[in-house]
Amino acid sequence: MSDQTFRISAGEALTAEKITEAGEKPTEAVANYALRLGDDALILAQRLGWWIARAPELEEDVALGNIALDQLGHARSFLSYAALAWDKTEDDLAYFRYEPEFVNLQLVEQPNGDFAATIARQFIISHFQFELYRRLVDSTDATLAAIAAKAVKEVDYHRDHATQWVLRLALGTEESRRRMIAGLGVMWPYVDEMFRDDDLVESLGDAAVRPSSLREDFDTVTGAVLAEAELEVPEGFVARGGGREGIHTEFFGPMLAEMQVLARAHPEATW
Amino acid sequence: MATAAQRKRSDDAELPEDPAGRAHFDELIAADQRVEPTDWMPDAYRKTLVRQVSQHAHSEIIGMQPEGNWITRAPSLKRKAILMAKVQDEAGHGLYLYSAAQTLGTPRDKMTEDLISGKAKYSSIFNYPTPTWADMGSIGWLVDGAAICNQVPLCRASYGPYARAMVRICKEESFHQRQGFEILLHLSRGTKEQHEMAQESVNRWYAPALMMFGPPDADSPNSAQSMAWNIKRFSNDELRQRFVDMIVPQAEVLGLTLPDPAIKWNEERGHYDFGELDWDEFYEVLKGRGPANAIRLERRRTAHEEGAWVREAAAAYAERRRVESEKAQAA
Repeated sequence: MSDQTFRISAGEALTAEKITEAGEKPTEAVANYALRLGDDALILAQRLGWWIARAPELEEDVALGNIALDQLGHARSFLSYAALAWDKTEDDLAYFRYEPEFVNLQLVEQPNGDFAATIARQFIISHFQFELYRRLVDSTDATLAAIAAKAVKEVDYHRDHATQWVLRLALGTEESRRRMIAGLGVMWPYVDEMFRDDDLVESLGDAAVRPSSLREDFDTVTGAVLAEAELEVPEGFVARGGGREGIHTEFFGPMLAEMQVLARAHPEATW
Repeated sequence: MATAAQRKRSDDAELPEDPAGRAHFDELIAADQRVEPTDWMPDAYRKTLVRQVSQHAHSEIIGMQPEGNWITRAPSLKRKAILMAKVQDEAGHGLYLYSAAQTLGTPRDKMTEDLISGKAKYSSIFNYPTPTWADMGSIGWLVDGAAICNQVPLCRASYGPYARAMVRICKEESFHQRQGFEILLHLSRGTKEQHEMAQESVNRWYAPALMMFGPPDADSPNSAQSMAWNIKRFSNDELRQRFVDMIVPQAEVLGLTLPDPAIKWNEERGHYDFGELDWDEFYEVLKGRGPANAIRLERRRTAHEEGAWVREAAAAYAERRRVESEKAQAA
């Protein structure tokens, strides 16, 4: 499917600024849920942004840049919405929280590795986000539904990008196949955590999407791609997870330090 | 094979003189009309364009690095989004320009090779480092501002594909310049530390930005021919003057000082006077002795070499798909 089908003109796009301006305060629980989805997108954007000017070809500088930019856009919307509950701003949340206050999935903070590892991470997260957002469009919370409606169209393109690269790398050369298998092996332990339900999600009812409800479709869709790529679903390690409770892998701290350094050096400043 | 051999010949050898083609070319130039890829053109015209367009493309690609340096550390999410979009625009500009140069018969691989081997040049401005966030403002305001002065006339360059690429590039560059100005305005009116950060950055970028127009006209050997071919429309010194006239009042609005005590309005000329530039510095950087020449080239080389296995995989997969679809059709 061409991305033209989904192009949203600037005029009708939902933006972080519009959410702030509307000022619809979420409940504490909705805000905490928005924070999770916002952190997933923000940390992924932060990782992907590194690739710009380092990609294997110019077209990929553009593609990965585009995906990072979409994710950053989703992050800004979710965080701007969450921030209203606490009389804060998106930047307060992004720049002035410490590690244990971030509630992203551990998958998205994993280092970029080589291009195959990045693609493996993209493959997992974009299929997950697609399944999540296409259900969240029916959320009883109108703002979450609106953010999801915009995001799902963009993430659909991200999963196509990742799927095409999984096929190219797995079926390309011996070297690329070896790296694709290694990349999936590094990222797959973090899959399990993505589908865990908890009290917050249960308390939100139809405002949120139960992660466990996504697993079957995720397995079916990613399984079909892996089969076409003549790859096995990686088995073995399962990371303990805990990202939603603020538990992070060792890679997270240095990444966060880099992201926040300038803002924290000038806490009184605006930019 | 025949087509490859033909392509090779047209790349390497002087095209045979074609009197009708030459007459047509001369008419197009005299009438200030566009030369298109299918038109006959003098070899020197083609070479000049390949050099200029590929250098411009390389500058966009190398130019992604000094700003890319701040993507992970941008101090607000809005600034991070704008910066990402800007650096991505630069990759896009590089792509259009490589495509324009390809219409002149030089493949992209060859241009990439020339860049990473150090044979091809790119704008020296990108050999300066970006140690502070304010440099994102200075690059937008001064570097993109100078680029616009250079590039707007190129929208009327005689070679069609180049001129058309420049139309789109200039639109995006004008947005880039405004966002750079806005970064500096915000810093200048911000905290004391932010104001100082902005001033220190402008102090570093002012002279290198003025040198982006190239050496003084008297020392610019290729300019006259390029002007005769309607590739270049204004001389280096004319463009530099136009740029200074533009930024002096803008600096006043910013509340920042340009680091040149000789800047003074000249009633008689109707332009701002400004001081001599240190051309030794310009030639030093040009010769590879700038602050970041080695870093920029090494980074591009590394990205290219580390990406080789990915490009090979993509090519092998495309071939596999082609063979499969041929088999399917035969069956």
